[in-house]
Amino acid sequence: MSELLSWKDMPIGGIIFESGSSQRYVTGGWRTYKPIHAQDRCVHCLRCWILCPDSAVLVENGRVVGFDYDHCKGCGICARECPAKCHAIEMELDR
Amino acid sequence: MNKRVPLTGNDAGAEALKDVNPDVAAVFPITPQTELMHQFASYVHDGVVDTELILVESEHSAQSACFGAASAGARTVTATSSQGLLLMAEICAITAATRLPVVMPVVNRAISAPVNIGCDHSDSMFLRDAGWIQLYCENSQEVYDTVVQAFRIGEHKDVLLPVMVCLDGFIISHTMEGVELIGPEAARQFVGEYDAAFRLLDTAKPITVGPLHLTDYYFECKRQVVEAMATARRVIVEVGKEYGRLTGREYAIFEPYRLDDAEVAIVALGSTCGTAKVAADRAREKGIRAGVLKLRSFRPFPGEEIAEALRHVGAVAVLDRSISYGLPGGPLFHEVRSFANGGAVLVSYVYGLGGRDITPSDLQGVFAELAAKRQSGESDGVFRYIGLRES
Repeated sequence: MSELLSWKDMPIGGIIFESGSSQRYVTGGWRTYKPIHAQDRCVHCLRCWILCPDSAVLVENGRVVGFDYDHCKGCGICARECPAKCHAIEMELDR
Repeated sequence: MNKRVPLTGNDAGAEALKDVNPDVAAVFPITPQTELMHQFASYVHDGVVDTELILVESEHSAQSACFGAASAGARTVTATSSQGLLLMAEICAITAATRLPVVMPVVNRAISAPVNIGCDHSDSMFLRDAGWIQLYCENSQEVYDTVVQAFRIGEHKDVLLPVMVCLDGFIISHTMEGVELIGPEAARQFVGEYDAAFRLLDTAKPITVGPLHLTDYYFECKRQVVEAMATARRVIVEVGKEYGRLTGREYAIFEPYRLDDAEVAIVALGSTCGTAKVAADRAREKGIRAGVLKLRSFRPFPGEEIAEALRHVGAVAVLDRSISYGLPGGPLFHEVRSFANGGAVLVSYVYGLGGRDITPSDLQGVFAELAAKRQSGESDGVFRYIGLRES
């Protein structure tokens, strides 16, 4: 955030003329609760991956491998939607 | 020779939109605007224009559809009045701050409560700080001409702001008078092809419209709108001159009427300026050197130019067809006064709320009061009303 542009130099209308810039916007700091993934209980149904509003569930070769904590805002949708039998995601206070 | 035809103000607005042939119109009916878009819709139905007409379920949706269409790069229009304008207010501010040059005739009508369909300027004044250019019209001819010019003003690359073309409900919108039309060919040539500054649907150049800007950039976005408004002052004049070369009807940021040697003057917006001109002529017959400053552009507000034009005038009445509760007088008065540099006696007159009539003799009375004040230098109250029962 050290090189902020002046009103004369920045694009008009608050428009972002670049795609994918939200990757640089680290929103993980907004989090109160943090999802913890238990690899041994996960059946890799990918419900969490489908429903995460911030695309913060990391998947490799069709398997959940963890979370992108730079962008996870801690909403808890993943934990809520994780099938009850597995209970593979738990929310804990993020200190 | 251009065609001269009898049109109401609403017809004139519809004719101008038809002659420009915008890409998208999103419309919802409300008195007294309904006939304007009704007439335009018939041109869409008959294939006279190529416009995509979207029938929406509210004014909030109308302005939202305009926001979307304009973001996609379309030349976009809507029109509304009163409660409709207030319902779309949330999106109006977004359209302006996103720098989308939507053109919107606003057929001025009082706002509830009590329910009232008559003319006053409370609706557009409610949105005076929304970032829209506001141009006020005296008659149907000005409605036609101003709607055509509005595209050029709003779409100018250094302006990129939406434009309200304000016309008095019923007084202009439903009154028929002769209007000279330049026709589709000349109008389309005048406004030119629209080349949007950005296009949301251009997948080769992906952009984000309407993102979050917090303490880092929000303030700078606002400052850009201030600059665009300042530039619009110049562009309104340039476009008005060019339109004058085309039609013989030149437009400026305001119109002085018999102001050069005036000792007393009225400043007003909209159709009342026509009434004031008649009153000035009659006052002069009675030996009062009266003039009128018809303000065309309320946003941007040409404060310095108004002060300069009134510098030699001894007493000035500023007429407001809207009211500011808790601050005596109306918005036009306070803005004129904030630029006045000594000298003239300035008096605020609030008039015509909810469509109450204003007549030449009312305004002759104002000129007579101003003349008396100028002579005596005495003030029996700066904040006054016209046509209000007070006892």
